[in-house]
Amino acid sequence: MTRLVMYQCWFRHIQSGEIMFKNAFDMYYDGFRSMVVGRTLWKLIFIKLFIMFAILKVFFFPNFLATNFDTDVERADHVLNNLTQPGSENH
Amino acid sequence: MIEQIDLTMVSWARATFALTAMYHWIFVPLTLGLSFICAFFESIYVKTGDESWKKLTRFWMTLFGINFAIGVATGIILEFEFGTNWSNYSWMVGDIFGVPLAIEGLLAFFLEATFFAVMFFGWNRVSKKAHLFSTWMVAIGSNLSAVWILVANGWMQNPVGMKFNPDLARFEMVDFWAILSSPVAISHFVHVTSAAFLYASLFVVAVSSWFLLKKRHLKFAKRSLTVACTFGLFASLFVAFTGDEHAYHTANVQPMKLAAMEGLYDGEAPAGLVAAGLLNFSKQPGDDQDSFIFEVKIPMVLSLLANRDINSFVPGINDLVYGNTAENIMGVEEKMVRGKLAVTGLGNYKAAKKSGDQLAAGKALTLFEENSDYLGYGYLDYAEQAVPYVPLIFYSFRVMVGLGTFFILLFLVYLYLLYKDQLEKQALLLKLGVSSFLLGLVAHEAGWIVTEVGRQPWAIQDLLPVTIARSNLDAGTVQVTFFMFLLLFTALLIAELKIMAKQISIGPEGD
Repeated sequence: MTRLVMYQCWFRHIQSGEIMFKNAFDMYYDGFRSMVVGRTLWKLIFIKLFIMFAILKVFFFPNFLATNFDTDVERADHVLNNLTQPGSENH
Repeated sequence: MIEQIDLTMVSWARATFALTAMYHWIFVPLTLGLSFICAFFESIYVKTGDESWKKLTRFWMTLFGINFAIGVATGIILEFEFGTNWSNYSWMVGDIFGVPLAIEGLLAFFLEATFFAVMFFGWNRVSKKAHLFSTWMVAIGSNLSAVWILVANGWMQNPVGMKFNPDLARFEMVDFWAILSSPVAISHFVHVTSAAFLYASLFVVAVSSWFLLKKRHLKFAKRSLTVACTFGLFASLFVAFTGDEHAYHTANVQPMKLAAMEGLYDGEAPAGLVAAGLLNFSKQPGDDQDSFIFEVKIPMVLSLLANRDINSFVPGINDLVYGNTAENIMGVEEKMVRGKLAVTGLGNYKAAKKSGDQLAAGKALTLFEENSDYLGYGYLDYAEQAVPYVPLIFYSFRVMVGLGTFFILLFLVYLYLLYKDQLEKQALLLKLGVSSFLLGLVAHEAGWIVTEVGRQPWAIQDLLPVTIARSNLDAGTVQVTFFMFLLLFTALLIAELKIMAKQISIGPEGD
């Protein structure tokens, strides 16, 4: 009997969780569908992110230490060189 | 040393960073401040149950959303620049900045993203109180996420709670609480966020004034103005108070910046505050020329602001550069000697470790540690290099303070005329109100110029000059990205302003 009550409580708990999840999903779904100015803004955000990550980051902003050195030891050594012999590694 | 370094690259990298940061900062303070203004509007709606307040809230919330969306990711470019143009700096501060920025990312994602959706999509799905709670959480979350980046910036002004690791060439965090609770970081945060509240209030003033000038949505505009001007007045008074606190800490940890802000070359006791003045641009540290062609000074006030003592000594640029034994101030030349010893110690330590000579490594490490507080000075060639560009800092500071004072008066006049129900008849004042938003932006950017240019030549105060913080790149590479950004940001700004202007012109009826 106790086990049956426990199962019922567990079932209700899962059910309420599902309802909450469905409500949250519906909120996002309907919210995105009914956007007016938001659609333009999302387009703008995606264009910006594309420019930043697919063009700027790839072609213009490589991480200097990550691309020129393979290990952290080499990177630390490079920075230490700059600190102890500034100007010696100008490219 | 300095001659060997390509200063042009540093200048272009700094210009690119300044351009990106200034563009980014058009949107950030509006997000910080407008989120609270929306929360105030919605609180009134929930309290009164008046549907017109709901309509008003939704209009400003839409503008908040547009600003948030167009500001998204503009800060990411700054992180790209760290890795590309400022790789030495990035490497050295990675351990310090990693934690605050990771917390910022998590806060921004979980707090803002979750409650942001409820705020925009949940009007008819959750209870009034639950919706209001979400709006407040967006406001608090946005401002909390700003804590971390400002703490990081505060650390650059006053590096505390860390130790330099000579094996890894990194500043490592030893006391997170010291970094978080640094008075410089705290005063920096409260000053910047309160200035953001002021800026957002000016945005509401500008848009509402435009409606009044156009004789549209009069009741809506007056209600918006009443809340925004009240908030703006408190914010602007708080900005003045926190600005004073910030200047006090600056006097303690960055006396050169304060001297540049005041155009003060020879220290004084008591020192007066320059209310207005015309700088002598040819004045250089150590020469006999007058600092000012014309000046209006308020006696003793600078001593009071800097040291909380009207008779105290405030050091000038010459005292800080050449030293002042009477006031126990070590000059830059002496610091340079100590700094060069630190650099030598670090170099010897590296060489000794490489050759496996533990005894020599120990001696070199001791030499480094005894002088490491002056490390940055070891990279200067002459003492005057420690002086930032005085005219830019002096005038930027006065633009910021002057506009801040003007905003207090503007909010007071607006509130008085709103109380008297005479505001819509004051066309000239309303036009001034419309332009006040642009003035707010100017004040903000001027404040950042004082903070960042005033710290020069340092990337990290006293420890790392920008000439060492940068990457080993050609100037040409950085020039390309500067002009590319200039074009990109201009295009984006035009597109974004069009969206904002369109939404404003539709007005609250368009919701």
